[in-house]
Amino acid sequence: MIEVRHLTKTFRDRKRGPIHAVEDVSFAVAPGQIYGLLGANGAGKTTTLRLLATLLQPTSGTATVAGYDVVTAGEQVRARVGFLAASTALYSRLTARETLQYFGRLNGLADSEIAARTQRLADELDMHDFLDRRCEKFSTGMKQKTSIARTLIHDPDVMIFDEPTLGLDIMAARTIVRFVRECRDRGKTVVYSTHIMSEVEKLCDVVGIIHDGRLLAAGTLPELRERYHEREMEEIFVRCVGAEPPRLRPA
Amino acid sequence: MNWSNIFTVYAKELRDMLRDRRTLISMIVIPTLVMPGLLAVVTFITVQVAKDAAAAIPTIMILGGEDSPKVNAALRSGTKVKFVPPAADWKKQIADKQLRAVVDISSGFDRALERGEPASVRIYNYSGELRSGFAVNEVRRFFSDYGEKQVVARLAERGLPPSTLKPFDLATENVAPPEKVGGNIIGGFIPYFFLLLCFTGAMYPAMDLTAGEKERGTMETILCSPVARLDLVLGKFLTILTASLGTVACSLVSMGLTFAVGGPLLASRIAGAGTVAARRGAEQITAMTTLDPLGLVAVLGMVLPMAVLFAAVLFVISLFAKSFKEAQSYVSPLIIVIILPAIIGALPGVDLNARLALVPVLNVSLVSKQLVSGIWQWDYLALIFGSTCVYAAAALALAVRMFNREDVIFRT
Repeated sequence: MIEVRHLTKTFRDRKRGPIHAVEDVSFAVAPGQIYGLLGANGAGKTTTLRLLATLLQPTSGTATVAGYDVVTAGEQVRARVGFLAASTALYSRLTARETLQYFGRLNGLADSEIAARTQRLADELDMHDFLDRRCEKFSTGMKQKTSIARTLIHDPDVMIFDEPTLGLDIMAARTIVRFVRECRDRGKTVVYSTHIMSEVEKLCDVVGIIHDGRLLAAGTLPELRERYHEREMEEIFVRCVGAEPPRLRPA
Repeated sequence: MNWSNIFTVYAKELRDMLRDRRTLISMIVIPTLVMPGLLAVVTFITVQVAKDAAAAIPTIMILGGEDSPKVNAALRSGTKVKFVPPAADWKKQIADKQLRAVVDISSGFDRALERGEPASVRIYNYSGELRSGFAVNEVRRFFSDYGEKQVVARLAERGLPPSTLKPFDLATENVAPPEKVGGNIIGGFIPYFFLLLCFTGAMYPAMDLTAGEKERGTMETILCSPVARLDLVLGKFLTILTASLGTVACSLVSMGLTFAVGGPLLASRIAGAGTVAARRGAEQITAMTTLDPLGLVAVLGMVLPMAVLFAAVLFVISLFAKSFKEAQSYVSPLIIVIILPAIIGALPGVDLNARLALVPVLNVSLVSKQLVSGIWQWDYLALIFGSTCVYAAAALALAVRMFNREDVIFRT
């Protein structure tokens, strides 16, 4: 369960002055649900998700993740979150097994438990061929699988994905999309940020459109279609953010 | 603070670091090879100097003095030079460096001395030219001795003892133990060497574990694990410290072996060459290798808080950088900051006082010079150790603070 209430994050820039990366954002995600955060580059998606993962501290407002406050209980929040982003890389000089062991230990798991979970994840993700090889020699697909296993080693209740398919080829991206669905099916609470409209249509139960740090609209896909009188997600998005003038309607 | 997490981070970073070839080179290969290499260079130069000295017997010409066989014979037997027959173009020969000096003995020199009449010797040389200088020194030494003998003979003729003109004997003699002499010659150099290695050993891992992680994208991965940032900083810091001290340890072992085995061996070989310069070279190497071992241990004790300070400072600076390259451009100029006080400390005549005892790097350099010479000033030792610990703690606190700053960690 995730509850975001009036979350605001302002960065101070010496040249540009205060930058409102996230402004008064509120939403909630239930277990077994995928919440899609849709926005252009620089809209505030990454900042919102970093606030949820407690990598950043909010300027005002707050959020609870799996029942813990992101401001006051950062460590408990992180222990219940699996965070996967295009920017979360692997340690190239460690093997996949060592990576899982490292993150398992940091999550307070016993070595026997880590070994059992590594075995199970390697079975599920078909990782046995490269489990004891160093990550530096991995293909993109191997890296993806290892990263997924890394986020799942402590079996978190909440999964946060920040543009996880960025820069991936179609096959690797499909692996990710399938994995996100599996997370939902296992009853995890999922937040998924992207700027790819088709991913939102395929994956998300609820969509939030974020622009210039503000959450402009939120709802299920049918709800948004009805509200904006458009079928395509792309058209809904453009109408919502007001980047183009509304089409002339026949009188 | 969770020690189990700190240890987990430390163990992982250490493993990661030891798998990196660049770290291994800066931590193990360079410090191990540099000391034997240095000794080899010193030996080579000393041998070369000795060889050159032996090869460079100066050529001298005597003008006049044909009517003075006594001084002529004494000059030829009493100097280590080569004589060539007189020639008219001697000035040109000196200018061409074929001749190092020309000795002009006034006519009737022997007879004049016997009668106690004035006589003169002129030495012509190439002023400022090193080997001409050697030749002149040799000839002057001879004539000075020769003159003194004449004085003694004349005094004896008049029934006076030699002490009439030389009422007392004046001599200088070294009574300091060899390790203290060694300490003075080389004392400033050893700690300087440790400080430099301490710094260079920490440099690469510090950049790799901070800016390097940011650049590779692993920083965000580790930050979203439940480990507290304090534990993360301490784990990383301990890794950098280990690299720094590991570098010093490698160089120490290598130095010990070099001095224990290589030093005496080379010294005896050089001394075998037999010349004065060779003997001096052998003495230097022996002095270099006879340092007070307890003092050396104490130097390491002083270097320990210094390593903490270096590791923390390097951590802070590299953490600020966005990429490894940026970190390098911040850290590289710092070597000057380390070298400068260390060089000042190694200069003869710069001695420790209460104010200098508070200047980081310089204080350790100065006190180390004393320690390897067997001088223990406990008040300064305490002051320097204490102040370095305070600086180190402050730098570490700053590192923790910086790690908690979003604008530093997510600087783009």
